[in-house]
Amino acid sequence: MSTVKLRELAHSRTGDKGDTSNISVIAFKPEDYPRLLEALTVERVAEHFAELLGDDAPRVLRYELPKVHGLNFVLPGILKGGVTRSLALDAHGKALGAALLDIDV
Amino acid sequence: MKTLRIGSGAGYSGDRIEPAVELAEKGELDYLVFECLAERTIALAQQARLSDPEAGFDPLLSERMRRVLPFVGRGREAGQRRLRLISNMGAANPLAAAREVRRIAVELGLHGLKVAAVTGDDVLAVLKASPEQVLDNGATIASLGDRLISANAYLGAQGIVEALKADADVVITGRVADPSLFLAPQLFEFGWAEDDWTRLGRGTLIGHLLECAGQITGGYFADPGVKEVPNLARLGFPLAEVDAEGRAVISKVAGSGGRIDTATCTEQMMYEVHDPAAYLTPDVTADFSGVSFSVVEANEVRAEGADGRARPQTLKVSVGYLDGWIGEGQISYGGPGALARAQLARDVVLERLQLTGVVFDDVRAELIGVDALHGAALGSRTAAEPWEVRLRVAARCADKAEAVRIGNEVETLYTNGPYGGGGATKGVRQVVAVASLLMPRDAIRAQVHLEDAS
Repeated sequence: MSTVKLRELAHSRTGDKGDTSNISVIAFKPEDYPRLLEALTVERVAEHFAELLGDDAPRVLRYELPKVHGLNFVLPGILKGGVTRSLALDAHGKALGAALLDIDV
Repeated sequence: MKTLRIGSGAGYSGDRIEPAVELAEKGELDYLVFECLAERTIALAQQARLSDPEAGFDPLLSERMRRVLPFVGRGREAGQRRLRLISNMGAANPLAAAREVRRIAVELGLHGLKVAAVTGDDVLAVLKASPEQVLDNGATIASLGDRLISANAYLGAQGIVEALKADADVVITGRVADPSLFLAPQLFEFGWAEDDWTRLGRGTLIGHLLECAGQITGGYFADPGVKEVPNLARLGFPLAEVDAEGRAVISKVAGSGGRIDTATCTEQMMYEVHDPAAYLTPDVTADFSGVSFSVVEANEVRAEGADGRARPQTLKVSVGYLDGWIGEGQISYGGPGALARAQLARDVVLERLQLTGVVFDDVRAELIGVDALHGAALGSRTAAEPWEVRLRVAARCADKAEAVRIGNEVETLYTNGPYGGGGATKGVRQVVAVASLLMPRDAIRAQVHLEDAS
């Protein structure tokens, strides 16, 4: 199987609560879901966002939703103070999901 | 079998109004719900109320009401669906908001309209009486001192249900959990028991799907070449037709723009959810892990498979407090060498902040177009040098005067910095931060206030 960008197989949306972000990854086609399950490990996703998570962020979590062929990644600490205190341009982290779609699977 | 048609008229405070009017006019709705409170909206509204006792509710309340009140109760005499409104636009002052709704009803010649306010979410006095309580960020209430502005518990559906039982046409609340605004009419109309966790879980899913309005009808979804959305500028807002079992079909007014399919529904279902099997609300611990979507016909999607378990014994309380100032400045560079000049500008500003002794707690200097959104590693994945780059420097300071110096320092790059900087801007804003804690649910009681507009 050749490597493709995640964006070809899946779509994504990012939500925020406090300084935690959640990023959904949803396969366009149900048959690609197993490929996402295998490729998008917690370690891969944490590595992709390593610079933004920093050294002291808690562990990334992954939840599986087979009925909608989706994965939900929860990234505590990535918003560095959350929307109310953060100095970031995108304090909500709304654009994070789009960055994940550049990962190779 | 009786069904209920619930529409979503706003996904946040500043949302568009005409899709809500379209729903009120053509959606054949029983209820139109406006969800308008983000995490820190109440804290900001509380500040407004401090300077004016009649202020502190949603700034768009009056305009929204003027546009949709004429449709309220319209089908009642004809034995058709009777439109009622539910909204958390009361923010920090539901009673004043309800008075404003009545004032507008009278102004429009709509007599006999019943307007209810639901209060009880404001627990600031309770917290002040027990200053030893600890927030999720580790600070005690006492340590916030005068900087403490607001404390609001996330209420559940119960207060709204009581207002509907009292025959209110319009129900205005302060802080109520977003999906509870939508669960309330289902609880009231179908008479579900307060511990019918499965149905409450299903009704909560409907609320969660609808609460961000356009985010399920193709808003926040379009990605040209990958995900197309027709007529995005005329995006319609969603409605759900629900039956007494909590089964629902999500749709929108025929002819409106946007799209509803399994992809848009799945994105919204997972939005702001952590563990899908334990979505905590004041009414139920909802379980979305078994939810599936199926297309009924174009732009009509059936949602099923939600479940629920017993509700939490505590309610989340959102605490707003003043947390210093953020000063910010920006300036742009363009053409060949823009990136190097912007990088030099960044170095100069950071060195100047040291040299001149600006006092700040934290600083961030980023290049918009390069590393501002995703950092330097991801930002360097593209090979091409950007044609234009914008430097943005922001710092959090305890003192306003120090925060002002951040933008000033960026602005001085005009005459003192690298070649060709343009479009400098600067600003300073007070930080209203939000933290949370949990309170026993027995300590918090919703109250309903009802009056006629005569």
